Amino acid sequence: MALSEAEREAIREEAAHYRDKSAASIEALKIVQQRHGWVSDEHIKDIAEVLGMSPDQLDGVATFYNLIYRRPVGKKVIHYCNSVSCWILGAEELREQMEKRLRIKLGETTQDGEYTLLPIVCLGACHRAPVMMVGDETYFEIDPARLDAIFPVKT
Amino acid sequence: MAEIEIDGTIYQADAGDNLLKACLSLKLDLPYFCWHPAMGSVGACRQCAVLQFKDQDDRHGRIVMACMTPVADGLRVSLERPEARQFRAGIIELLMINHPHDCPVCEEGGECHLQDMTEMTGHTFRRYRGKKRTHYNQYLGPFINHEMNRCIACYRCVRFYQGYAGGRDLDVFAAHNHVYFGRHEDGVLENEFSGNLAEVCPTGVFTDKTFSAHYTRKWDLQNAPSICAHCSLGCNTSPGERYGTLRRIVNRYHGEINGYFLCDRGRFGYGFVNSPARIRKPSILGQQAVGRQAAQERFAAILKSGENVIGIGSPRASLEANFALRELVGQERFHPGFADREGALIKLMLDIVQQAPVHLPSLREIEQADAVLVLGEDVGSTAPRLALALRQAVRNEAFEIADQLKIPRWQDAGVRDAAQDAKSPLFIASLAATGLDDVAAGVYRAHPEELARLGFAVAHRLDAESPAVEELLSTADDLAATIAQALREAKRPLIVTGVSLYSESVIEAAANIAVALARLRGAAADVSFVAPECNSLGLGLIGGGDLEAAFQAVDEGAADTVVILENDLYRRAARDKVDRFLAGAKRVVVIDHIFHDTAKKAELVLPGSTFAETEGTLVSSEGRAQRFFSVFPPAGEVQDSWRWLLDAMQVRWRHLDYITEACASALPVLQPILRAAPSANFRIEGMKVPRQPHRYSGRTAIRANVRVSEPKQPVDEDSALSFSMEGVSSGCPPSLNPSVWAPGWNSNQSVFKLQDEPGGQLSGGDPGVRLIEPKVNAEFPWFTRVPGAERKLRQVAPLYHVFGSEALSMLSPPVAERAPEPYLALNPADARELGVGAGDAVELELAGVTVRLVVLLKAELAEGLLGIPAGLPGVPWFAPLSEPGSIRKAEA
Repeated sequence: MALSEAEREAIREEAAHYRDKSAASIEALKIVQQRHGWVSDEHIKDIAEVLGMSPDQLDGVATFYNLIYRRPVGKKVIHYCNSVSCWILGAEELREQMEKRLRIKLGETTQDGEYTLLPIVCLGACHRAPVMMVGDETYFEIDPARLDAIFPVKT
Repeated sequence: MAEIEIDGTIYQADAGDNLLKACLSLKLDLPYFCWHPAMGSVGACRQCAVLQFKDQDDRHGRIVMACMTPVADGLRVSLERPEARQFRAGIIELLMINHPHDCPVCEEGGECHLQDMTEMTGHTFRRYRGKKRTHYNQYLGPFINHEMNRCIACYRCVRFYQGYAGGRDLDVFAAHNHVYFGRHEDGVLENEFSGNLAEVCPTGVFTDKTFSAHYTRKWDLQNAPSICAHCSLGCNTSPGERYGTLRRIVNRYHGEINGYFLCDRGRFGYGFVNSPARIRKPSILGQQAVGRQAAQERFAAILKSGENVIGIGSPRASLEANFALRELVGQERFHPGFADREGALIKLMLDIVQQAPVHLPSLREIEQADAVLVLGEDVGSTAPRLALALRQAVRNEAFEIADQLKIPRWQDAGVRDAAQDAKSPLFIASLAATGLDDVAAGVYRAHPEELARLGFAVAHRLDAESPAVEELLSTADDLAATIAQALREAKRPLIVTGVSLYSESVIEAAANIAVALARLRGAAADVSFVAPECNSLGLGLIGGGDLEAAFQAVDEGAADTVVILENDLYRRAARDKVDRFLAGAKRVVVIDHIFHDTAKKAELVLPGSTFAETEGTLVSSEGRAQRFFSVFPPAGEVQDSWRWLLDAMQVRWRHLDYITEACASALPVLQPILRAAPSANFRIEGMKVPRQPHRYSGRTAIRANVRVSEPKQPVDEDSALSFSMEGVSSGCPPSLNPSVWAPGWNSNQSVFKLQDEPGGQLSGGDPGVRLIEPKVNAEFPWFTRVPGAERKLRQVAPLYHVFGSEALSMLSPPVAERAPEPYLALNPADARELGVGAGDAVELELAGVTVRLVVLLKAELAEGLLGIPAGLPGVPWFAPLSEPGSIRKAEA
C-alpha cells in the first residue's frame, strides 16, 4: 500500500507552508488516513521520506495522537470517554454494554466492519458526561437506553 | 557565587546554576532521574522536588523542581522538610507503579539508579495492586538489550540518542502510561554511540548485550582504570573481569576527554581479549607449544646468535613496551612499526605541533569551538568520540541565542526551542559522506589533493601571505571564502585533520590555516590532529627508522634477526614485501597477544598480554600521556610484552616503574610521563588501592573446582593497585580509581561524588599529563607545496568504518557483525566506464594481491577514486592513493 502520487503531492503542498517540512507531519498523516481509513507501517515510511524524517520520528507523532489510527478500523470509530467525569457517571458500564451489544472488546472491530471501539481521554464536555463520539457525531448524557438506540440490533 | 540556605545551613553555590546541580556539587543526596549533567534539565520526572521559601518569614514554602530552579543569592530551600520528602516518595511510588520489580533477574540490579533513588526516598513498601502495563521488547542489534517493562519514562534515552548523539532511529511512541521507547520496528540501532544508552538509562531498559553473554554483578567484577585501545583519543574506561575473562567495558569519567560517553567500538570491542585468536602459550615454529623457560632460553639464544638484531615496535603497544624493545636492540635499530608513509606523516604532524603556534585541544575544548573545519578526516570512523564532541560544538550557536534571551544553558528544552535548527558552522571536506553531514553548514567532497587545495585556499583567504591556489574551481573558491570568514569571526575556531588519507598536503594545508589563524588572533590555534592508533603519537615521540628501512636492512644483509612487538606487519605493508622481509631475516621473534599472519611466520612466538592484563603509558592525539593498568593478572604463560623483553635483557629493572623512569630520562619530551599516575609505591594509609569492590563475593570459592584451599591473591608489583578487595579506595587519585561507587549511589551516577561539580573535573584533577604545549609566538614557515589541479586517472582511496577498520575490535564478534562486507566504492561515471554496476563482484589487484569486492555506487565520491574499506579483514593492505592494479568483473 504505497502512497499515490496524488497523496505525495498533497503532502508536499502542505509541507511547503513550513520552514521545516516535519511541521506538516500531522496534516500528512490526516491526508493519508482520510483516504485509507488508517495509516500503515508502509505509509509511515513513505510519508517520512517525503517529509525528510526518519520513520521513527514520524511514528512518534502518529502514535501520540488518538485520532491517528495505526491499525485498520471500522467505518465508524466509537471513542468513548474514560476520563474522570465520565467514569464517575458510568462510562465503564456503558463500555461493557457496548462490548456486549457489538460483540467486540475494546480495540476490536465488529465483524461487519462497521464499528471499532476505542477509549479517548476527554471530549471536552464533562458537564454533559458521559460522552462519546461515533464517527463524527458526538453524543452527550448517554444512558443505557440511549446507547441501545444508537446501536440498533440488526435483524 | 551566591549564598544560599539549604535546611538552615548557608552554602556558597554558583549563581545561575540549577539548584539540583548545586546540591549535587555540595555532595547532598537529592534524587533525580531526567536530569543529566551533559544534557541539562527538562523538569520531566518531578523527582528532585524541594521546598522553596520566598523569604526569611515564609514558613510554608512551595514545592519546586530543583533542576528547574536557578541558584541566586538568598535562595532558601529545604530538602528535608516532610512536605518535600513526601512529595518525592509519592513521585517514586508513581514511577514504580508499572515497574516489574524484577531486580533479581535484571542486569541493572546492583548498579541501578532507580534502585538507589527508590531506597533513598524511602519507598520500600508497594501499595499498588493493579495490573501493570506490559510491552513488547525489540531486537536492537548486537550491542543493546531492550526490556521496556522496566521503563519509568524519564526520556533520557531519546534525549541522549537524538539530542546529544544525533541518532534518528530511536524515538518515543504513544502517550500517557504506555509511552514506548524504541525503534519504529525491530532492527539494529544505527548510531555508533548506542552503547551509552546502557549507562544513560537509569534502570534496566537498555543494557549491554555483550555483557549479558557472560553476566556478572557489578560488585563481583574486578576493575582497573584503563585507556581505550581502539583509537587515538585516549578515552578512559573501566573494564571489568571475572573468572579470567573480560566481561565488559564501561565509561570512566574524564573531564577533559570522554566525559560521560564512549563510542560503541570502544565499549564493545573488548572481545579480542577473550578471543580464540589469543596467543596463550609460547611456540617455536615447527614444534608444539613450549613452556616459559624454554621460550626464554630460545629467545636468549636467538638474540645471542643474531649478529644484527633489529626491533619493530607498535603504535598499539605502550611506551614502556616499545622502549624496552628499543633498549634491547639499540636506538639505531629500533623501528616504530608504522605503516609505510604513516611514520613520515606522524613526524610531520609532530613537527607542526611542536614548532608551530598550534594547540592540541582536549575533547572538552573541542566542544567549545564555534566554527570548525574538518579537513580530510572522517572522524566518525577514525576517532568516533571526537565526532560526538563536534556534534556538541555546533550547538554553541544555540547557547549564544539562549544567552541573549537570558535562558540558562541548562534549560535544555528552552534552549532547543529558542534556537530551533540554528547551528555554529561546521564544514566537512572529505572523500565521501560522513556521519556529521547532517549538522554541517557545508560539505565538500573531492579527491584528497583537492581537499588540500581547499585548505590552502582557506589559509590564503585568512592570510594573503600564505600561498595561493592555482586553477581552483569557483565553487571551491566560494566555499573557501565562506569557511575563512566563519573561522575568522569565531571566538574559538577549530581545525580537525589527520593522517587517515595519507596525504601530506592535507596536513600541510591544515597547518597553514592554523598559522594564519594564529597570526590573526595572536594566540595558538586549535588543531586536532587525529592519529591512527592508541599510541601513534607516543611512538612518534620515541621515533626511529621507518618500516621501509627495516625491510632494506634485511634485504642488504645489515640485519639478520628481527624482534616484532605487537604488530602484524601485513597490516602495514604490501604482502610480497613483508613475505620477503620475514623470509629474508634468519630469525624472527614475535611478541603479541593475537595470533596473526606475521606470528605464523615467526620462529618464536611469545604470548604478550592485552591492555587488560598489562600496564603502561599511552599518548593520545591530544598529546596526553595516560597510564592504564592491568585489570587481572595474565593467565598461564602469558606475560607483559615488556617483561619478555626485560627477561631477555637480564637487566635489574623488574617492574614497570623502572622502564617508565628509564624512558622518561632517555627522552626529554617524555619526561612528564612520570606524573601520568602515581608509582607502584603509592599507598593510602599504608595500603594499596583494591581492584575489587568491597562487596566482591565468592573469592574463596572461585577456584573451588580446582582446589578447595584459597590461594594467595596474586601480588601486583607494577602498580599501586591490588588484585583484591582489601585496601583503601577512598581518597584514591582519579588515575588509580578502578570504578565508581559512593554510599547510597551504586550506579555510575555516583561519579558526582568524585567530581568538583557534576560534569566538571574529577576531584584531584583529571588523569594524565599533556606533553605538548603550544609555542604561542613561534614563527612557523608556510607550507608552499600546493598540489596542482591535474589528477592521475585512477587511484585507490581508503574509506574508514567505525566497525571494520580497527583490527582488534574486529575480533569482537558483536563489532564484526556491524562491519561492512569488502566492497569497491565507485562514482557512477567510473562504474559505467569500467562496465560494472552496483552489486557486481569485481576482482581488483591491490599491492600484488587480488581480492574480490562487491561494487557499491557512491555518487559523492570523486571521479577516478576507487574507495576501498581500509583495514577491513579480507581486504589486503594497499598504498593509499596509489594506482590500482588490474580490475575486472568477476565471474558470477
